[in-house]
Amino acid sequence: MVEDVIEKKTVKVIKVDVDKCIGCRACELVCSAFHAEPKYSSTNPAKARIRLIMDEFNDIYIPLYAGEYTDAECNGRNVYTIDGKTYDECTFCRASCPSRDFFKDPDSGLPLKCDMCLDDPPLEEPLCVQACRCDALTYEEVEQEEEKEESPDEMETGLQSLVKKHGTKKVMESLARISKEAD
Amino acid sequence: MRYAETGYNLEIDLTRKNIEKVATDPRDTELYLGGLGTSAKVLWDRVTPEIKPFSEENLLIFSAGLLCGTPAVGCNRTIVSTISPQTELMAYSMMGGFFAPELKYAGYDKVIIRGKSKKLVYLWIHNDKVEIRDASHLKGKGTVETAELIKKEINDPKAHVAAIGLAGENKVYYASVEQGRSSASRGGIGAVMGDKGLKAIVVRGKKDINIARPGEYIELCDEVLNYIKFREENPIQGVPPILAGLGSPQEMKIHDEKWHTENFTWGNARERRKDFWTEEVAAKWSESMDKVQTRLLSCYNCPMQCGASINVPGISTYMMKCYSKLTYTMAAFSDLDFGFKIVQRATEYGVDGFTTPQVMAFALELYEAGILTDKDMPGMPSDSEGRFYWLLDKIVNREGIGDILANGTYWAAKKIGNGAQAYAHNNIKKHEQLPLKLGMLHPLYFVMYCTGEKMNITQIEGNFPQSPFATQEDKEAFVKDWFQVPDDKFKQYLLDWEMRGEKSIPNYPTPQMTSEIVDWQERMHYIDDSLGMCAGLSSFPLKPPYHMHNYPKFISAATGMDMDEDKLTQAARRNRTLIRAFNIRRGMSRKDEKPPEDHWRKRFPELEKELLDTYYAFRGWNEDGVPTKEYLHELDMDYVSQDLEQRGLLK
Repeated sequence: MVEDVIEKKTVKVIKVDVDKCIGCRACELVCSAFHAEPKYSSTNPAKARIRLIMDEFNDIYIPLYAGEYTDAECNGRNVYTIDGKTYDECTFCRASCPSRDFFKDPDSGLPLKCDMCLDDPPLEEPLCVQACRCDALTYEEVEQEEEKEESPDEMETGLQSLVKKHGTKKVMESLARISKEAD
Repeated sequence: MRYAETGYNLEIDLTRKNIEKVATDPRDTELYLGGLGTSAKVLWDRVTPEIKPFSEENLLIFSAGLLCGTPAVGCNRTIVSTISPQTELMAYSMMGGFFAPELKYAGYDKVIIRGKSKKLVYLWIHNDKVEIRDASHLKGKGTVETAELIKKEINDPKAHVAAIGLAGENKVYYASVEQGRSSASRGGIGAVMGDKGLKAIVVRGKKDINIARPGEYIELCDEVLNYIKFREENPIQGVPPILAGLGSPQEMKIHDEKWHTENFTWGNARERRKDFWTEEVAAKWSESMDKVQTRLLSCYNCPMQCGASINVPGISTYMMKCYSKLTYTMAAFSDLDFGFKIVQRATEYGVDGFTTPQVMAFALELYEAGILTDKDMPGMPSDSEGRFYWLLDKIVNREGIGDILANGTYWAAKKIGNGAQAYAHNNIKKHEQLPLKLGMLHPLYFVMYCTGEKMNITQIEGNFPQSPFATQEDKEAFVKDWFQVPDDKFKQYLLDWEMRGEKSIPNYPTPQMTSEIVDWQERMHYIDDSLGMCAGLSSFPLKPPYHMHNYPKFISAATGMDMDEDKLTQAARRNRTLIRAFNIRRGMSRKDEKPPEDHWRKRFPELEKELLDTYYAFRGWNEDGVPTKEYLHELDMDYVSQDLEQRGLLK
């Protein structure tokens, strides 16, 4: 399923400046609205693919994007101290993983991943960047040659996690039943 | 499916420990919108005038606004309403932050609390799971401290906590409810929460809020964001910096305090210091601000940054917003360093930043006048700042003289007697006001002060300039892009308004114009309070991004209801009238409708009578200030006139 390709391509980069964050969570809100079906028809920050880690009393404000799904927790956790503030390793982790309920759809439990607001026609900037009026999030496109692992699309990621959770047989059976019912 | 709102309220009976999820009637949304409007309807239906603030039957309602949780920028306000222990009338106080959107995401528009718990408890709302939990280990803890402890206990850093401190637990009549970077402070709702044995409400939600016409709605939101940006780049000319921009207002961002420190009074609302703001003070105060502010902060989904994280060395972090920056400083004749320090303690205790410093300054005046003596103030330090700390501790613990002062200046003065009442000089309807003492009667402000149900001028005034511009060019420049006016006639009123002469205060704007301007301003506030919109982006500043022309579109696109300017005006007037009727039913009448006697030096009894008569008539009220049967019928509120008639309040 996964193949390596070398291509010259535009890399989309969201730069995060945590010092500029004002903690308003507009990024979470618009992300959930953009990915609603139909688009903008609902809001629910628990479904956002960006999450603001906010610890007001330690002055920690870190917008974090949902990365890849992982089906296993890490072995052992490191702890970092930066400027006298203590963070555990998970603080910066972008994965949707079994050890916590971040970046999972609260209804289905399926993993969520930032897709840079993929749209047709494409948006000028991902919506979270547009909503961030304090410039904690900025957007850049960088031209570069890279060896890239083509990632499975969103539906496949979801299916893979279902297969991992319930086994191929059960998922196949459910699919067959659902498609029959749909007919 | 319900749009914008969830369609459910949570009903909590703390006496019986009963929890119910109740579907609401969508017709109420059409009539009263939501937030304050629908809460007022619940209070009208269920809190009869015999019910006292500390009765079991008194309700305490935490309500999200109709548009909270949707992408509408700055729409994050929680409206808390109950009967005020201080005024015994309806108290409604709003807070920003994150609580209201989170409540909607949990699946509820309101939490309606009745009864009393014998033991201190907190309420944990987590989607469909709602628990009444023991809070005895939180007794006496500060509001900020409580929020942190609860978030650890439930292991959810994304939960939002609205909590009372020691002041609320001890039923201080001006206790607040604090929630991170915001608070619902006015009217003593924290005391009612304490009386109910409820330390905190904690909420976390993961459900959807639906939008009826998404494409249209998101475009409206973008227009608002763009206009906010335009206003940032184009501040209003010819007004003090604090009035030039948007926000609630931006006390944390703005260093120039010439206007507040020289126009507002110091001490117990007494002394104006007209030459206070020197270059030296400006430099020192800027340094104080920069030293303690670690970050500017916004409430949910808002770019305005009206709040800030405050770190004073040696005391724990808290978040400040708005005018509490100056109220303690000015009441104690002190400086900003003191202000930033004492507000930390006041925030943990959970007290109102307007009333509290005034009560303390009042007590010190009584002491200087010999009405309170060393016997009443055993062990009080000799310096002003030390005295403020001492008094604050006494008040929130209700110890000694603090027990009397904890009821506010009106009730304290009554109890102390011996001429103390003359020192409780800055109240309207028993409630402490902004410390302002001015010269010439201002017709707009006279009507707003007298008749505003909120009894707090910042929640009544707003979109019309406070004073005329100096030159004709300034006026013309201002009205040129003033599209927010509900009607073009308001532009003419402003163009004709002069600093001096025939068309100046107190005679201009005329009583009729005054009624129209006040109606516009309060209409905006009633809409905001129903939608959950922050006044700082709508009813409070000049030229706001939300106004009478785009609000109907917002409501239509969000809810799918068919809304237009006339219907929205009608809904705002309905809410305004319902709260008026509620207060009339509790004994309020025309005799209560007056500003503090010394608010203006130059008073005009005949003109004042005409102003009130004209406004009452314009409003559809009789000369006693009671809504007429005809007007109530026009607003689909025959049930109100029937009730008032039965009680003999309407003939």
